[in-house]
Amino acid sequence: MLEYRVEIALWAISGIIPFFMLNIWTNNNLNESINISDTLLSRYFLSAFFVRQFSVVWVVFSFEEDSIMGKVSPYLIQPLNPFFRYFAQHLAEQITRFPFALIIAFFFFIFNPESIWIPNLGILLLSIVSTFLSFLIQFLIQSVVACLCFWTEKASSIERLLFIPTLFLSGLLAPVVSFPSYVKSWIYLTPFPYLIDFPANLLSGNETNISGGLIMQILWIFILFPLFKKIWSEGTKKYTAMGS
Amino acid sequence: MNLRKYLKVYKKFLHTSLASELEYKTNILVDLITAILSLVGSIFLLSIFFQNSGYIGGWKFEEALIIQAIYTILNGITNTWFNPNLTEIVKHIREGTLDFVLLKPIDSQFFISLKKINPSGFLEIMLGFLLLFFSIRINQINLNFSFLTLSLITISCSICILYSLWFFISTTTIWFVKTWNAIEVLRSFLYIGRFPLNSFSFSLRIFFSIFIPIAFITTIPSEVFLGLSALWKILLEVIVATVFLITSRKFWLFAIKFYSSASS
Repeated sequence: MLEYRVEIALWAISGIIPFFMLNIWTNNNLNESINISDTLLSRYFLSAFFVRQFSVVWVVFSFEEDSIMGKVSPYLIQPLNPFFRYFAQHLAEQITRFPFALIIAFFFFIFNPESIWIPNLGILLLSIVSTFLSFLIQFLIQSVVACLCFWTEKASSIERLLFIPTLFLSGLLAPVVSFPSYVKSWIYLTPFPYLIDFPANLLSGNETNISGGLIMQILWIFILFPLFKKIWSEGTKKYTAMGS
Repeated sequence: MNLRKYLKVYKKFLHTSLASELEYKTNILVDLITAILSLVGSIFLLSIFFQNSGYIGGWKFEEALIIQAIYTILNGITNTWFNPNLTEIVKHIREGTLDFVLLKPIDSQFFISLKKINPSGFLEIMLGFLLLFFSIRINQINLNFSFLTLSLITISCSICILYSLWFFISTTTIWFVKTWNAIEVLRSFLYIGRFPLNSFSFSLRIFFSIFIPIAFITTIPSEVFLGLSALWKILLEVIVATVFLITSRKFWLFAIKFYSSASS
């Protein structure tokens, strides 16, 4: 992973959309209407950036490429589910991304010195846990989509479709509290607010229901994991290697 | 005739790539739903911004819809032509197949920029036009000849700038080999084009008009639609577009001198 430092740095930069959104919010004083101060909002978006950096998943794209190139066949012979391989790759890249994310945070604090804060240890640990759970949820969702490769060659277009609600409903572009009430009434039942909004609120010290959020995250993992196992076993039965 | 030859070649390109893309019919349907959802999502985001304030950066909601429409059209164009072709450059360079492109008796930039086409982008372009006509209606814009010419000029300039940006980043692959992530960076910056430039703070505004001219891409054409744009801005956009096109061409010719094939 360290071989690709430039790419990982660029990847970290490509996650800065939350900062542009923050700029729109504060520059137009839109946050007054949702009762979040400038400082808390900037902490929220910085936390959203961090959560996003450590929960990004691209397993569909790796799996699709491997599947089209016929690399999945040797993996299937091995006694280990190939998704463990992707899982380890994701974790390794997250670790390499950490210093770049810190550098970006450093620059953020230079421009917004008033938003510097140090979360207490308990909160910090809890938000790391919830970020990891958010990563697990996204990894499972994408693995389910990736298994669709067994039926259709281009599963990545389904992933791009799923990415749209993730982008707009997860809280990356606007905190979920600011959503109109006709959306807020059902959104907390979907997995989306627990992907970014919940861990980011936790880390930034905004108001949130800690135990409720964690329970919902774990609940979604318990729903998605059997689903993944099911679709995986169905898919491997169906599998015919490419080019054979 | 040179031009006739290129037209003929382009017809062949269209034919082959349409034929191969239409093999994945469900894919096109999924892409259509994606385009619709993404438009709905960004209008939803705009409505959040406007729910407690009448103006964002001096733009009303109805006016901001024009920016959204132009962004959707340009994004459709990107998805139809720029994205499938220019990501191909990365592949050509990594696998060394750029050799075959350079050997062909045709301009390499032409070949590389227009070889492929992704038909699902057309649907996005159409969606953008629908929204554009709708917002022309609700903003009560009078269509007349000078307005139409000006908007055509500015939109074509935006397309040129957008193309040059994409082409420029893809060309750097010759040195860096892997530029997927640079393309991601460009994508995330272009995302800003969904919002009026004035809604950002002064420093970001400067950044987005000088370093990465995203301001020129959507805001100026939208201002033309609203009849707000000063003549100097339009002239400036034409100049920027020309400069970008020429530089990207020069940069390509410069870069292929450094191309040293793969594994040979």
